[in-house]
Amino acid sequence: MNRYPVWKYLLLIAVLVIGTLYALPNLFGEDPAVQVSSARGFELDPGLQDVVQEVLDSNEIEAQSTDFTPERLMVRVGNNETQLALADALRSELGDAYVVALNLAPATPGWLRAIGAEPMVLGLDLQGGVHFLMEVDMETAREQTLERFVDDIRNLLRDERIRYRSVRVQGDELVAELRSEEDRAQALQALAQELTELDIESFDGSQTFNIRAGVRPEVMTELQQTALQQNITTLRNRVNELGVAEPVIQQQGAERIVVQLPGVQDTAEAKRILGATATLEYRAVDEQNDPFEAQRTGRVPAQSRLYLERDGTPILLSRRLIASGENLTSASAGFDQQSGQPNVQVTLDAVGARRMLDFTSENVGNRMAVVFIEQRPVTEMVDGEEVSDMRRVEEVISVAVVREPFGRRFQTTGLGSSREASQLALLLRAGALAAPVQIIEERTVGPSLGADNIEQGFNSVIIGFCLVLVVMAIYYKVFGLVANLALTANLVLIIAMLSMIGATLTLPGIAGIVLTVGMAVDANVLIYERIKEELRLGNTPQAAIRAGYGKAFSTIADANVTTLIAALVLFMFGTGPVKGFAVTLSLGIITSMFTAIFGTRGVVNLIYGRKQRVAKLSI
Amino acid sequence: MEIIKTDTRIDFMSRRKVALIFSAILLLLSVGSLVTRGLNFGLDFTGGTLIEVSYPEAPALTDVRGSLEQAGYESFTVQNFGTARDIVVRLPAEVAGEEGADISTRVLDALSTVDAGVEIRRVEFVGPQIGEELANQGGLALLYALAGILLYVSFRFQWRFAVGAVAALIHDVLIVMGLISLFQLGFDLTVVAALLAVIGYSLNDTIVVYDRLRENFRVKRKGTATELTNLSINQMLSRTVMTSLTTMLVLIALFYFGGEIIHAFAYTLIVGVIVGTYSSIFIASTAAIVLGISKQDLMPVVKEGADQPDTEALPARFRNS
Repeated sequence: MNRYPVWKYLLLIAVLVIGTLYALPNLFGEDPAVQVSSARGFELDPGLQDVVQEVLDSNEIEAQSTDFTPERLMVRVGNNETQLALADALRSELGDAYVVALNLAPATPGWLRAIGAEPMVLGLDLQGGVHFLMEVDMETAREQTLERFVDDIRNLLRDERIRYRSVRVQGDELVAELRSEEDRAQALQALAQELTELDIESFDGSQTFNIRAGVRPEVMTELQQTALQQNITTLRNRVNELGVAEPVIQQQGAERIVVQLPGVQDTAEAKRILGATATLEYRAVDEQNDPFEAQRTGRVPAQSRLYLERDGTPILLSRRLIASGENLTSASAGFDQQSGQPNVQVTLDAVGARRMLDFTSENVGNRMAVVFIEQRPVTEMVDGEEVSDMRRVEEVISVAVVREPFGRRFQTTGLGSSREASQLALLLRAGALAAPVQIIEERTVGPSLGADNIEQGFNSVIIGFCLVLVVMAIYYKVFGLVANLALTANLVLIIAMLSMIGATLTLPGIAGIVLTVGMAVDANVLIYERIKEELRLGNTPQAAIRAGYGKAFSTIADANVTTLIAALVLFMFGTGPVKGFAVTLSLGIITSMFTAIFGTRGVVNLIYGRKQRVAKLSI
Repeated sequence: MEIIKTDTRIDFMSRRKVALIFSAILLLLSVGSLVTRGLNFGLDFTGGTLIEVSYPEAPALTDVRGSLEQAGYESFTVQNFGTARDIVVRLPAEVAGEEGADISTRVLDALSTVDAGVEIRRVEFVGPQIGEELANQGGLALLYALAGILLYVSFRFQWRFAVGAVAALIHDVLIVMGLISLFQLGFDLTVVAALLAVIGYSLNDTIVVYDRLRENFRVKRKGTATELTNLSINQMLSRTVMTSLTTMLVLIALFYFGGEIIHAFAYTLIVGVIVGTYSSIFIASTAAIVLGISKQDLMPVVKEGADQPDTEALPARFRNS
């Protein structure tokens, strides 16, 4: 007698049902959808849903569903025509501040989505697209930082009226040479007070009294992290300009950024846009002339230029530049300590600080504006052909009154909300001089190759799978059919688990699935051969089944754990596609243990286990 | 149905000298090829640029070469890939080094002068710094996998087995790499992944035999290590053949239907499965015997009062008469 208690069957059924449910979304195709996101990478305002609904209503378009997250708004529509119509309508309604992109949203039915079932994401090698690995030039970032501190120290010494012979970068450190012991004492005190980011010590030169200063390691790490984050922010803005539906922009390691743009084929265009940088300028507001007058007549005073604020209000700014993006050291959103109001704290470098101090000392009560400048790609239709070009876009992102003279550090208050503050800080950082980035790896897969890869991948899975099914059925008869059930369940479970963990399916991942199919039957082969052996030794069929499963177990466990070790090592050291292979291989090992041992035993018990006497096993 | 007769009594161990000589020759050839011919390292490791394009009509390769020469490139290779319409252009890392990732854009421009209808299939640009890293990572991955396995097998079985298993794995990896080198197949990241999968597979086979060997050492009263090894391998023979067969079937499906990109991967695994099956029969067990594995090594520590293991007589066909 070989019987399973009821709970084991319930467990088996539960796992299979859950597995099937979560594997199901992969069978449904995709719906055309329109995706709206902020052009600047800001969080979306929930009120946007109403605006979109109005556009839908006025164009008599019925949306299948609308998903809102702070990152994006996704509207599913029935077919490609309405998708295009809706995208056009939304573009003209929402304007430049938003990116409206065509996308394909999984056509998973609502009840499946409600339990969080989503289809697997296809990797770039399957759906086509561009993959860039970019490296931030940390050496340059470090040099920039050191140079900035040299300026800061010079300025500080000058302000404190301490005479010095030189301040310079020496290797990884800064060295200041002073003329006397007293000067050095004064300088040490001033430096310790003002430049807390530095580790300072004194040493004597042959004729001078020197100070050696190193940037604190944690400050350097933070600066590098900032340089990276700044680049990521800028890249995200750029990618938004491209209108890519599902871009991936991620930090990898300490100095690298992965950019993945599914569906993009024009790599030249992508490179140009990713390479463009933004900057910003601090300018005085021309209070003498009327900007509306200038806008109406087109006559702009010679010393000024006409700009537009973000809401379209004209403003006249002086042609004289106070400071620019390369002078900006940091910008962060926070709260004013006295009033509790949201603010943005800005730090300038020494050059910017001096000019800012000069300007603000003379202009208390006047206004100062920040202009954000970027190269934006534009695509126009010229003689029926699409022509892409870069256009310089200038936008006034902040206008504020100078309350008192300031230099290196200052804050902007009077912002409507903390959200507005964080948006301004984000733009300021994007405009600051970034450490240069370089593309060190590019992998582009054209859409036709992607389609081929999918087809070939699926074909090889299905053909390999069927071959194994046939061989098992012929060789092990009824037991072979049971193993085939387990193999099918195994395939469903692998797909379900890949979908659940949100894994990306790549070509090597498919190879991993194929390999798992081949190796998953090993457990069954081991068990069945053992059962045959036990039968030959003269055991009864029931006893042979029991012994076969029992004795084969430790063998299977040992064999699988060692394969798992190899798969885990692959996962730890592999990158990209190789990782995908490791993930499917590991998952396959785990699910095959479950289906091939636990699952087949359940079915075998159902077939043979109830009878008191079994004359012969079909094996 | 049986492929392998149930009462096989192939004397594998008496043929181990032949097998060792055969392996030694294979290893010599492999190492020789690795030293003299080397591996045809792919882009992943050397850095450089690869561009695969598809023309609407099969272009003359000379035209394609001409267009690249006109664009000022000197060292490059142009080959057909799969069909006559598909072309692969490869440029070494030094060329890319000067202009960075923009090289792919310029090469594409040059290629479109041959026929404007050219379609991008694939672009791969790998900077030199990446290549070096990947090579180090790949090598490290192999070493760590071997170390992890050595530990696990020592822990679950015995150190002689662990050494035997790892010897078999090194044997497999060297021979598979040797064959890749001999036929100058592209050696890229997917091949490294395939090598690790070969390690996993070959080990699987070895462990299955060891497991039976351990069991037989414990329960059989009589029989020398050699006799018991022979018995174990024979007992597991039909399983070994059956699993290799099913794995082979899917690999052949992958080789023929998986497309060009997965070719080297499938090839590596096919060779690996054959070599791995062979080594788990001849190399892994032989190594354990040579190292002097004995019954005492595998006996569980007997606790007083604990049940003694069942003991069975060794079937007559495995006794040395």
